[in-house]
Amino acid sequence: MSDFFSSSAYLGLLLTLGTFQLARTVNRRAGRELCSPLLFATILCCLFLLGFGVDYQAYYDSGAGLLDALLTPATICLAIPLYRQFRLLKENAFAALAGCAAGVLTHMLLCVLLLAVFRLEGAEYITLLPKSITTAIGKSLSAELGGYPAVTMAAIMVTGLFGATAAPGLLRLFRVTEPLAQGLAIGTASHAAGTSQAVQLGDVQGAASSLAIVVTGLLTILAAPLFAQVLGIVS
Amino acid sequence: MKYLQQAVILAAVTSAAELIKYLLPLPVPASIYGLLLLFLLLKTGLLRLEQVEDVGNLLLELMPLLLVPASVSVLADLETVRTMLAPLLLAGFLGTALVMLTAGRTAQRIIRSRRGGRGNE
Repeated sequence: MSDFFSSSAYLGLLLTLGTFQLARTVNRRAGRELCSPLLFATILCCLFLLGFGVDYQAYYDSGAGLLDALLTPATICLAIPLYRQFRLLKENAFAALAGCAAGVLTHMLLCVLLLAVFRLEGAEYITLLPKSITTAIGKSLSAELGGYPAVTMAAIMVTGLFGATAAPGLLRLFRVTEPLAQGLAIGTASHAAGTSQAVQLGDVQGAASSLAIVVTGLLTILAAPLFAQVLGIVS
Repeated sequence: MKYLQQAVILAAVTSAAELIKYLLPLPVPASIYGLLLLFLLLKTGLLRLEQVEDVGNLLLELMPLLLVPASVSVLADLETVRTMLAPLLLAGFLGTALVMLTAGRTAQRIIRSRRGGRGNE
């Protein structure tokens, strides 16, 4: 199977599309969102690859990479809801900035707490600092500050998957009902993966979430080096 | 053919974003430059919404699907992940929920207080 996978140009594409569509079919039959298609497809693809001993690169080269390549233009298109809702966002610029800043601060403080509780190594602590932001910024920031970029990637993925899957339930639990605040919360906590869910909730949520990705990314670039200094104080 | 034209425009914006990333030495991904660039193009009127909207909305709708390969990439580094699984999961689950709570409630409070303030005028 592994050999055939390596020789195929489409099997990874089929696996990804197939598992995703399967989740959608299950949801439609059930009449409600039982499982997030992103989460469901990710788990099934992982199980399949592990089960048949196919390595990630073979999966990527057999068509999954085509989908991955479209991620950059898709992220760029988040400018569209941002543009459509610009007036609303501008009127609430302060709320947006304050919300994102509160989120970034919460995350950084939690990292300090984890550092203390788990007695993390310096590099492990730094690895966690950029985990709420979009993959590419997080990965390069982790490398630049001296973390483990691969693990930062994993943390970003867990964050994104969990954020996208749990966002509607969590927002209900936390009684965040303003569409704008919902979008900001999702984008601040779980970057583009969460935003892909926010877009499904509505145009305002999508726009606010897109804005939050950008603002949170920039705030984290500023704040992470400061919080990296905590290591010097602790040790 | 309108889809082809829109795809060309979006591919051009994406490539321009990659060029900016190539020229600037910042840890900022091409997608963020591109997002800002497309926004500016729309805002200044150099591009009209209709020139990118159909393909753009399609890509936005497909985004959860497009994220699957990147999510599966966790498999490529299972060993390193295993060494710090507990803090990773705590940050991933508890951290994400907490950030959603503080960011959402902070923004909501400000939005509502502004609206309330205006109502009293």
